[in-house]
Parts: sequence; structure tokens; C-alpha cells
Amino acid sequence: MSVLSVRRLAIERGGRAIVRDLDFSVGSGELVALMGASGSGKTSVLRAIARLDRSAGGQIELQGRVGFVFQFHHLFANMSALANVAVAPVHVLGRSRQEAEVRARVLLTSLGVGDRAEAYPHELSGGEAQRVAIARALAMDPPILLMDEPTASLDPARRGDLAATLIRLAADGRTILMATHDEDFVGACRARVVTIK
Amino acid sequence: MKQFCVAALLCAVYFGVPRAAAAQPPSVLRWGGDAEGGAPFVEADPNDPRHVVGFDVEVATILAHGLGREPQFVQAGFTSLEASAARGDFDIGLSGIEDTPARRARLAVTIPYYEFRERVTVRKADADRFRSLADLRGRRVATLGATLAYDLLLNAQADDGLVPVTYEDDVHPYSDLALGRVDAVLLDQVLADRGVKRNPSLMNLEKDAGIGHYVGVLAASNGALRDRIDDILRTAMRDGRLESIFRRWGMWNQDQPRLYARLSANQPAPPTGSTAATVDPWTAARRYAPAMLRATLITLALSCVAMLLAVAVGAAIAAGRVYGRPIVRFALTAYVEVVRGTPLLLQLFVIYFGVAAIIDLPALAAALLGLGLNYAAYESEIYRGALEAVPVGQLEAAQALGLGRWQTLWLVRGPQAFRFALAPMTNDFVALLKDSSLVSVITVVELTKQTSIFAANIGSWVVPGAMCAALYLVLSLPLAHAARRIERSWRT
Repeated sequence: MSVLSVRRLAIERGGRAIVRDLDFSVGSGELVALMGASGSGKTSVLRAIARLDRSAGGQIELQGRVGFVFQFHHLFANMSALANVAVAPVHVLGRSRQEAEVRARVLLTSLGVGDRAEAYPHELSGGEAQRVAIARALAMDPPILLMDEPTASLDPARRGDLAATLIRLAADGRTILMATHDEDFVGACRARVVTIK
Repeated sequence: MKQFCVAALLCAVYFGVPRAAAAQPPSVLRWGGDAEGGAPFVEADPNDPRHVVGFDVEVATILAHGLGREPQFVQAGFTSLEASAARGDFDIGLSGIEDTPARRARLAVTIPYYEFRERVTVRKADADRFRSLADLRGRRVATLGATLAYDLLLNAQADDGLVPVTYEDDVHPYSDLALGRVDAVLLDQVLADRGVKRNPSLMNLEKDAGIGHYVGVLAASNGALRDRIDDILRTAMRDGRLESIFRRWGMWNQDQPRLYARLSANQPAPPTGSTAATVDPWTAARRYAPAMLRATLITLALSCVAMLLAVAVGAAIAAGRVYGRPIVRFALTAYVEVVRGTPLLLQLFVIYFGVAAIIDLPALAAALLGLGLNYAAYESEIYRGALEAVPVGQLEAAQALGLGRWQTLWLVRGPQAFRFALAPMTNDFVALLKDSSLVSVITVVELTKQTSIFAANIGSWVVPGAMCAALYLVLSLPLAHAARRIERSWRT
């Protein structure tokens, strides 16, 4: 069953076409890597799917709101890791604060940063911040998790950890689409590759 | 030899000419007055605003010609006339200056050239209720600060419990009386007659509240010139020149011949008013300390409430400029530019006096509104900058999570912007604390105004100025310290 379907997607930037006639789909529980050279429009495709930017043409079919993990995480600087993860379930889904925080702790623990729940973003390492950002996105139970250059701020050891985490999430039924140019990481994740030309 | 002659000539020019000039008697009598005081004292000639007219202008002309000089007018604020005379900014100050023991103690004061009576002015509708100062218990009575009338009101405050309200000019006490903002005005009869003429709903009470005299003031070291001026005044009293001046300005009455007869016979005309200047500054400081502390509390309360208003309105303006539609952004930008581009003093005048016929605000409310709305414009710029300093990525993250625009402002953007804005806000509060002194123009007696009254009454700024500075520092230093600590702690 297809969670995301992209048909003839066109993206322009400053009047210049950077993506044309892009077609692909992502099935439930699938781990897909969107690959291409620098400037090929990988990030732009993710942003168009997340409706952060408008596309110039084509269709994007998606059930519900995506979860988005940004390249530089963009954690809310005024909140602890726990509050970053719990804020949207409380204010968007209407869950109680207590329920949202219990689930946030479960997510943080499952991603290996349970002991950093009270830390603020500036106190986290790059790898920790990324895992908190993943937990924040997953807390909304999105049909698909979009990740932009997930290895950009990680050293090789941490890349291995992240690959293992993503494989585990996919095995749990999470659908993941990541934009990356890191072929070794894609290989380690055993992800299906969609190439943008 | 030729070179020596040239050098000698240059020396003679350099040293000789100034000495020769200094030896010559001055050709002008520089006299100081306040043209803002208006007719009949000194005002710009409506037909030729470059020149001044008024009875004091004509008295100055008599004095100058008596000395064989030409009069030359020097503009000086009424409340600074005394200090300017003492500094030697002009030879003599003449602008309805009252004869008081304080002035006699500090300056060379001429004999009086006009005797006036202090008049209580009330609304005609209140004529049956208020027949003297004693009937005004608990009522607000307006006057000019640092005048004989002010001294009389201070005494009446102690005896009869009335509330003195001081103004910076002699026009607004009467217009505020007509509007019902005060219940009476106490000023000299010259000003009272003028005020009643301008406001037909007012009347002067027949019974006077005191007697005073107008004099000229010179620097204390100018005793010789003062004595020559006294002789010229006596001559002008005898030959009728002073009488013709005061008749021309509609001020002649039966009090003047009696005064002139006394003075021509070398009988004294004792000064009236406060004797504060005769006590030493430290005793005066102890006497004024409660009033200074009360004024400090007013300054603090006024600044705190005005700042709260500025923060609330400033935050709303900033949110409107960042999130609003183009028309909202345009209107708010126009507000900010108009408020920042015009003086706070002017805004206070407009809020209190300008729109008084439409909205009759109490002075304190007008002061709060004026300060609060003025500072709101500056605060809004701080908050707008702070909101725009929050990284766009965090706003996109909020959007991706499904948080709405106002939720993002409340939960993510606002709290971070507040951190950026807190240090400049604290600096602004210190600035507001000091700018609050401007509200004295709309009759609110805060710390600076109380200090100037204190200084005028004792004739020195040294002790009052030091007390005032110390009180402002007590209020502002902790805030400045807090701002520095916040900056340091949030930088890390």
C-alpha cells in the first residue's frame, strides 16, 4: 500500500526549474533514499511534500501530515528535549500534558536519549539533537517521516547508530523518506534508492 | 629695528585694544525676560515678531536711557531668570519678577516698580461656595511654581488642607479651571485679569490673598548698577513716566501712588513670600525630604505603570507588524514613525491640553498614557527585531508539526524573542524613569519638578540637585545592574 505518491512533480526556484517530471511512490514501512548531486533539488522535494514550499506542478498524494527531521534539527531553543517532543501532541492533537510527556519519554528512551530529557538544545551533541528531533517528529504519529541529510552532523560511529535506528523504525512499520548523498549510509540502511537527475 | 617696531605694534594691537574697549562704558543695557510670559509683561510684537512689547519692555527702556544706553533684550526662561542674572547672562532681569526674601538674600534687587495683589479666581458658578482660600479645603488650586502665590498655597495646604497644583505657564491654569480640572487659581492680579478676560466663565474674588511687588534682579556683585537703577526708577515714579506706562497697559490703580510715595520718601517696601532661603541648605533639605520621597514614589509608580502599558501596546504593535495584513502593517508603521518623529513633550501637551475639550483626562492618566504610548513605539521596534531574530528554521519546524501561527508565537517565537528583548527593555525602563520628568509640564509633580521647586525656593541647585541625582540613581542602578546580569547570563 502506498503511503506517499509523487506524480510529475515540478519545482522552480527563482524562476529556474530545478526538478521536472519526478515520479515515485513510497510504500508502508518502506525506507527510501532520495539521492542526487548537490543542488539537484532533494531538499526541495522534501519541503514540497511537507508543504513548507509550493511546487510548480504535479501531484503529491499523502494521507495526513508528515513528520520532518531537518538537516540542522531546528529544536525549539526555549524548551527542554522533553518539551520539544511533547509540545505538538498537547497543542495540535489535544492530548493531556501528562499523557504527552509519558509518551515523549518512551520515544526518547527508545532512541537512546532518555537520560537527556531535561537538557536544552544547546546542551545536546549533534547526534543527541538529531535523535530528539526524530522523537519530536514521531510523537505526532505521522504516516511518513521525512529526513533531510540525516548524516550531515554525525561522525562515522554515529552514522552506524543512526542506520541501525532507522532499520529498527522501518521494521516497526514506520515509513521513512530521506534526502541524502551519502551512498555508504544508504547501503548501511539497506534503503531503496530514488534518484533525481 | 623695523622688525621690533612691527612686533611692538602687534603687541599693542593684541593687548591694547581690548583694554581700551573694556575701559569704555557699555553702550547697551542687556536685560533678560521671558517672552513666553506674554502680554502685558513681555511678548513678541504681533506686528513685528522680531521685537518685544510689554510694560517690562518699556520699563527696561526707561532704565537703559537713564543709564545713557540702548536696551537689548535677552530671552531667558522665567524659572531660570534668577540664575541667569546671577551668572551675568544679562545686566538685569525684568519679567514680572516678585520681590522675596530669598531673592534679596542672593541677588542685588531693585526697589519695587509695581505693587500687585494675589487674586483667587473661581468659576462663576462656584462664586457662592468659594469666597476665599479657606473655603477651598481639599480642593485643587492651580498656580505657577516658585511664586509668591505658590508659597501662599503651601501655607494654605498646611492650614486649610487644599491641594496646590503647579503649572509651567499662566494660560493653562485658567483653561483647566474653566474645564473643571482644578477648583480655583491663585495668581497675581495682572495674570488673573488676563485669565478672566480669556475665559468668560471665570471670575476673580474681590478679597485679595496677599500683596507683592515686581522688581528687577541683578547679580549680587552689581550693587553699584542696582543703586543707579533705583535712582532712575524713583525719578520715573516722580515724573509720571512709570504711571503712563502702567496706564497704557491698563494696570494703573490706587496701590501704585501709595507705593511710589513710600519709595520716593525712602521708606522700605518689605519683601513677601517664603523665608526658606534664609535657612541653611541642610535644614531646608531636611524640610523638603518628605516631599522629595513622595515625588520619588510618584516617579517610580508612574514609570512602572507606563512601562507595563508600553510593553503591552509595544508587543501588540510588533505582532501586528510581523504578522498583520499590509494595511495593518502600514498603519502601525505610521504610528511608530509619527511617535518616534515628534517630541514626547509635544505629545504630552496634545494628550492633556490639546484634546481636553473632547476627552478630559486627569493629569496622572494623561501622563501615563503619554509616556506609555510613546515608549510603546520604541518597545515595538525592539520586539519586532527580537521576533525576527528567532531562526526561521524553528518556525518551519513548528509549521511542520502543525502548530498554528499564534501557537508558534506564544510557544516558540515569543518566549525566545522575550529573551533577546529583555536587556534593551531594561535599558528603556531606565530611560523612561528619567523621561518621566517631562510630565511636570502637565502639572504632575514628580521627582525633577519637586527638585526644581525646592531649588527655586532655596535659591540653589547644589543640595536639591544632589538629592535628586541620588534618588534617581537609587531607582535606576539596580535596573542597570539587572540588565547587565541578564545579558551576561544569556550570552553563555
